[in-house]
Amino acid sequence: MKFDLILRIGTKLILPFVLVFAFYIHFHGDYRPGGGFQGGVIAAGTVFLVAITFGLAAAKRIAPNWLVEFMVPLGVLIFAGAGVAGLLMGKNYLDYSVFSANSATGHELGILIVELGVLITVAGTMTALFYAFVERGR
Amino acid sequence: MNAVLPHLPALQVVVPLIGAILAAFLRRGNFAFTLTLAVSAILPFISGALLWQVLTGGPISYAMGGWAPPIGIEYRVDLLSAFVLMLISVVGVVIIPFAHRSVASEIDASKQAWFYCMYLLCLTGLLGITITGDAFNAFVFLEVSSLATYVLIAMGRDRRALLAAFQYLIIGTIGATLYVIGVGFLYLLTGSLNMVDVAQRLAAVEPDQMRTVITALAFITVGVSLKLALFPLHVWLPNAYAYAPSWVTVFLAATATKVAIYLLVRYLFSIFGVAVNLQALPVGEIIIALSLAAMFIASFVAVFETNLKRMLAYSSVAQIGYITLGIGLANQAGLTGGLVHIVNHAFMKAALFLALGAIVYRIGSARLGDLAGIGRKMPLTMAAFAVAGLGLIGTPGTSGFISKWFLAIGALDRGWWILVPAIMASSMIAFVYVGRVLEMAYLREPSAETARASDPPLSMLLPMLVLAAATVYFGFDTEWTAGIAGKASQALVQGLAR
Repeated sequence: MKFDLILRIGTKLILPFVLVFAFYIHFHGDYRPGGGFQGGVIAAGTVFLVAITFGLAAAKRIAPNWLVEFMVPLGVLIFAGAGVAGLLMGKNYLDYSVFSANSATGHELGILIVELGVLITVAGTMTALFYAFVERGR
Repeated sequence: MNAVLPHLPALQVVVPLIGAILAAFLRRGNFAFTLTLAVSAILPFISGALLWQVLTGGPISYAMGGWAPPIGIEYRVDLLSAFVLMLISVVGVVIIPFAHRSVASEIDASKQAWFYCMYLLCLTGLLGITITGDAFNAFVFLEVSSLATYVLIAMGRDRRALLAAFQYLIIGTIGATLYVIGVGFLYLLTGSLNMVDVAQRLAAVEPDQMRTVITALAFITVGVSLKLALFPLHVWLPNAYAYAPSWVTVFLAATATKVAIYLLVRYLFSIFGVAVNLQALPVGEIIIALSLAAMFIASFVAVFETNLKRMLAYSSVAQIGYITLGIGLANQAGLTGGLVHIVNHAFMKAALFLALGAIVYRIGSARLGDLAGIGRKMPLTMAAFAVAGLGLIGTPGTSGFISKWFLAIGALDRGWWILVPAIMASSMIAFVYVGRVLEMAYLREPSAETARASDPPLSMLLPMLVLAAATVYFGFDTEWTAGIAGKASQALVQGLAR
């Protein structure tokens, strides 16, 4: 697809919007359909798109193997860490009210933080699965 | 200390979870092992403190995220769950020193950190199932532990490990599906997922909704029975145990099926048993019939197995039969026998699989024919095997005798004296399959392969000797095993609806 100008320019144009949309889905997940899981899949979609249009090598410059393998546990660490933050502040595990003086704001913030963890892990896992399928038989 | 004590129920699950994440970051097998060792060493203190709190102050309730039950997820520790938590933690810390060399010899260096990550996730799931008081949360932890288990089994050296893991994946998923359908029915009826709350609301359902209650009971019992390998739902177990890495087999045999048994007891006695008169349904009779089938058929199959891992796996199916026999009897002595056998069998089967793991580490084979004369070359390993094997048979002076004693009393209390000779007869079959190994190990001349073998290093030897010693010790001092199991079963049996 080296000479397919429209596809290449179009991909480059659309990429930032896909990524922004991923975070839009993530940030609105607490009171609308969506959330970290769906956002993570869309974010991983950017890597797939680059791999399909520009080849696997280009995708791996954006998301190398070490980064993907780092993202998978990192998201879980963020989620579990948000819970531990509650413990350290003297509340129960996963009590989000510690994130803000106002309990409701704290809960909203807490959900955003754990959903960010979900987004990172899901994006990493989806990319790792994609790489595993693409590289099979090479 | 006072700041930590109220959060112990959460820490029991969070510590191995964080450990699993850090193991995934570490990448190096040795670092991940050290971390796993540290986590394993912390856990018995947490579950010990929980057990002590329950013994002195009654059940503990912990509101996850500060949401009060029954709205939020509740972690609930009563005597039964503290007992099982203690078992998992203690087995975990006793067998972990064995892992270092055994895993290094069976798993690629690049995968060792992931291996320990998966192990800690499995541990997280098992502890979570035991500690949670929420029916759906138990399903989530069931999936966490199962998914980790599939990966652990698939990491076995033998290519058949992949097939065994896939077989377990299919059957385990069916089991989890049936379980969650049952939970769905309960939610439909009661509008609650909190186990205590469900039990209270079930007691108030209209008589014309009893059919839904029985359907939920059937789905949950069959789903959990798949996980605990109740005969004839045990087909996944022999292959999974035979082809998993040696140390994984030890861990699974000692804990995974035991936690599923815990879940069955929890549903039959604390949820359905409290709300519905189970004596009016043939639940106990069905479980006892299947237990008897397990005790005889699985033992009989074990006699003819030449792969010792498979032999011990079939023996596990038979021994699970003893535990479910106690559950089916559903009286004070019978349930005590079942619960105490959870611990006793965990210790003796872990010792047996550890000894077998040490033999595989030395001679690379677990076939009966390759073990000629190994008792003279690996004296301490085979001594541990022999002692734990005697426990399996139920010889007086071992913990296995205590379990069978309580089961026999339970059967007599129920008026089913025919079960007593049945228990003794199936013990005789265990005598045959254990005796076959001992005959091969002690009475034959060492072959060329076994002549080069010797006892494994201390880190591998110590765990199996400790567990073999425990098999003997708990045959005499039963305060910590049968004592606590007796109190737990007393509370459970008294709660049953009549």
